[in-house]
Amino acid sequence: MIEAISAFWAEYGDILLDGLADTAVMVSVSTVFAYVLGLPLGVLLVTTRADGITPHRWLNRVVGWIINIGRSIPFLILMVAIMDFTDLIVGTKIGVKGAIVPLVVSAAPFIARMVETSLTEVDAGVVEAAQSMGATPWQIIRKVYLPEAKPSLVLGASISIVTILAYTAIAGAVGAGGLGDLAIRYGYNRKVDSMLWTTVVLIVVLVQVIQSIFSWLSRKLDKRLR
Amino acid sequence: MAEPIIEIRGLTKTFGQGEAAVHALEDVSLRIERGEIFGIIGLSGAGKSTLVRCMNLLERPTTGSVVVDGREMTGLTKPQLREARRSIGMIFQSFNLLMQRTALDNVTFPLELSGTPRERARQRARELLETVGLGDRAGAYPAQLSGGQKQRVAIARALATEPKVLLCDEATSALDPTTTLSILELLRELNRTLGVTVVIITHEMKVVERICHSVAILDGGVVAEQGRVEDIFRSPATKIGRQLVYPDGAPLEELKGARAVRIAFTGGSSYEPLIASLVMDCGVKVNILGADTRDVNGQAFGTMLLGLPEDGDEAARAVRYLRNQPNVTVEEVQIP
Repeated sequence: MIEAISAFWAEYGDILLDGLADTAVMVSVSTVFAYVLGLPLGVLLVTTRADGITPHRWLNRVVGWIINIGRSIPFLILMVAIMDFTDLIVGTKIGVKGAIVPLVVSAAPFIARMVETSLTEVDAGVVEAAQSMGATPWQIIRKVYLPEAKPSLVLGASISIVTILAYTAIAGAVGAGGLGDLAIRYGYNRKVDSMLWTTVVLIVVLVQVIQSIFSWLSRKLDKRLR
Repeated sequence: MAEPIIEIRGLTKTFGQGEAAVHALEDVSLRIERGEIFGIIGLSGAGKSTLVRCMNLLERPTTGSVVVDGREMTGLTKPQLREARRSIGMIFQSFNLLMQRTALDNVTFPLELSGTPRERARQRARELLETVGLGDRAGAYPAQLSGGQKQRVAIARALATEPKVLLCDEATSALDPTTTLSILELLRELNRTLGVTVVIITHEMKVVERICHSVAILDGGVVAEQGRVEDIFRSPATKIGRQLVYPDGAPLEELKGARAVRIAFTGGSSYEPLIASLVMDCGVKVNILGADTRDVNGQAFGTMLLGLPEDGDEAARAVRYLRNQPNVTVEEVQIP
């Protein structure tokens, strides 16, 4: 048994570590950029509602439509459909770099909805209190909505990251690199079962670790639970 | 008379349009003097909360004028309105504290908004927490505080920018009776020491009788009556007024149709000598149907319902006699 494992590691260890690194890069970079786009959109969805702090019916509808369109296109199709755009942004259609653009485009609307849900949980009375003190909309966003929703935003982030991780595995199927790529190339094409199962276990462990860290962080940050 | 701190004229607020329109307030006019504690009382749905939100324009009036401290609120630009709101503090039934901030940081919040340097804001917040009796809970989060303590933090927060007016929207409705009294006591104390005008929205007459100087009774979006609390208590002029002043005043079934008078005493008078002298001086026997003494603004205030004799002459004599007594107001009531 031990011999089998060390033989496996001798043959595939470096490849696995490279795959893990590629996945980590794709997930972390995509998450950051997806939040750069998705967080403001989510905030906008909440503030421009009819009962929001800066009501704006048309802006709210247009942003809502764009987000719905983004969310309804399956990731694999989106990835192929925007290849020219990807090329324009990062100069390549494939590999880790080529995967990041569609990952961001696909995850940003998802994140916008997650952020919207978290911010909607903030007590309307607290927002009203801030308004009664003469807070500007920007102050309400920065000092009320985001800090008050922080535990919920952190939990939402774990869901977003796990979703992006699942997308990277799909991206692997079309030559993006990472653990998904290894599962396809070695596990499926070359019928190396041990490789297939190793990548699966690694992804499961990754999901568990991410979820545990973020759940712990959310509880630690939440001052309501004391 | 000095310029009032709040003057509302012809205020109307309509929600929705056309068929579905709801007239929350109709032609409301109010005058709140500087330094007084003003109560706005009404049953739920009377428009009280809408009215108080029109004072700091959290609700924009459909028509009418709202002047606070000499400024016409409806005519202000957004930045001017934000500036004006800093001189109008507000507290709420559900406290509305920032749950992720400590008590101290809740109190510094309005100071952060107005750009007060951090150390000065914290210093002022500590003093305010001391004032409301929570000097030792500065580091506690709202979830660790009781309802009464949360409202004290909210009061400290509302006072941080040294407002001239403190609006209280059902501020004691979520609290138990003992805590309610302590919060009312605090409001009275702050009114006296800081001179801040306090506007209290409530559905409970005991809140009004406890600390208010003046009161407006709101009914169906209309001001039914307003005046000094003592006057309203002595002789409520409207049905809703009587209903609020005598909530338990439901007449007894077997007395239906009997003639009765409601008499109210103020100051040091008491029932017994009056009834005794009525019987001795007029030779009229009256029936005490009900009596009640309350503490209105620290003043003993009694009301009594007297059943009159069936004989018309005797009844008239009794009423005349009562009307001639000092410190007593008499109102004939027909028990329906």
